[in-house]
Amino acid sequence: MSSQVGQQHPLGIYYKIWTLLFVLSTLSYMVDYIGVEGYLRWTLILIFMTLKAGFILAVFMHVMWERLALILTILGPPVVLLLLIGFMSIEGDYVFDSRVEYIGQDANKVPNSPHHVTAEAEH
Amino acid sequence: MTEIAATEAAPVDGYAGLVDDWSADKQAYHVPWGKAMMWLFLVSDTFIFTCFLTSYMNVRMSTTEPWPIPSEIFALSFGGDPIPLILIAIMTFILITSSGTMALAVNFGYRGDTRKTAIFMALTALFGVSFVGMQVFEWSKLILEEGVRPWSNPYGAPQFGAVFFMITGFHGAHVTIGVIYLLIVAYKVNRGDYEKKGYEIVEITGLYWHFVDLVWVFIFAFFYLW
Repeated sequence: MSSQVGQQHPLGIYYKIWTLLFVLSTLSYMVDYIGVEGYLRWTLILIFMTLKAGFILAVFMHVMWERLALILTILGPPVVLLLLIGFMSIEGDYVFDSRVEYIGQDANKVPNSPHHVTAEAEH
Repeated sequence: MTEIAATEAAPVDGYAGLVDDWSADKQAYHVPWGKAMMWLFLVSDTFIFTCFLTSYMNVRMSTTEPWPIPSEIFALSFGGDPIPLILIAIMTFILITSSGTMALAVNFGYRGDTRKTAIFMALTALFGVSFVGMQVFEWSKLILEEGVRPWSNPYGAPQFGAVFFMITGFHGAHVTIGVIYLLIVAYKVNRGDYEKKGYEIVEITGLYWHFVDLVWVFIFAFFYLW
């Protein structure tokens, strides 16, 4: 199976994954539409994102049918990016705290709404 | 590739196979060279997009200015009340649809059905064009009507504009290049250029296209939904 040159699989699995991707996208859009907030929102977004990315990689990009040598070449190097993300989030937190603590910036400002939203609200 | 595979015993799978592939003092990846190169390019592209998303995370965490609410900014009204984030949701569905048609094109390619392969690749490109078209609409609305700039915007943290134009612009450029790539390969498939070489090229083009969709999954989650 893995020694053949091309990746040929029954059409059924593509249709199933395709449908699943639509469902997962709808669900992640619903998170915003319903207005789920806080940790539940972030958890749901991450779950749907990971599932979608996983299915695209595994089935559409055929990674699950590749040999381990290629799979590790694809998935191995990006793991170091977690380190970058970790360091930059520590740094981001530190800069935020310094701005509030030493420069005295207000940490609790509220964003303005765009024109079309405020215009609709006034009607 | 095929000659080597034919004279060899079938490679072992799993960890023994991993060691075997790397220690055999010859070709490590048992895939066409074009596919291995496309994968290496995609891995390096992963690093670029992750750097963009990480710098976005960093500026969003470190600014004390409030971050604008994408749900409101990307709302559209079809006559009635604005529906939150609807434009981005439609763009997401278009990209997923195009990923499906691309997968079908790859499948038809290996079946040797050149006509269907070319049609589905062209269809994929068409969805790609409509995605870019909606992005143009989104950009012009934000730039011309709302006055969003890379250095300022009317809603909150000025970094929003820089991050938005950088990330969606880079992704949009990938989609545009993908459309051109798809159309060239579809044309060549239809002309019968790959009858002798085989249709791995369709799968390789597909890898690029699915990757563009994959990146959008992360942009959608972190930039638009977070």
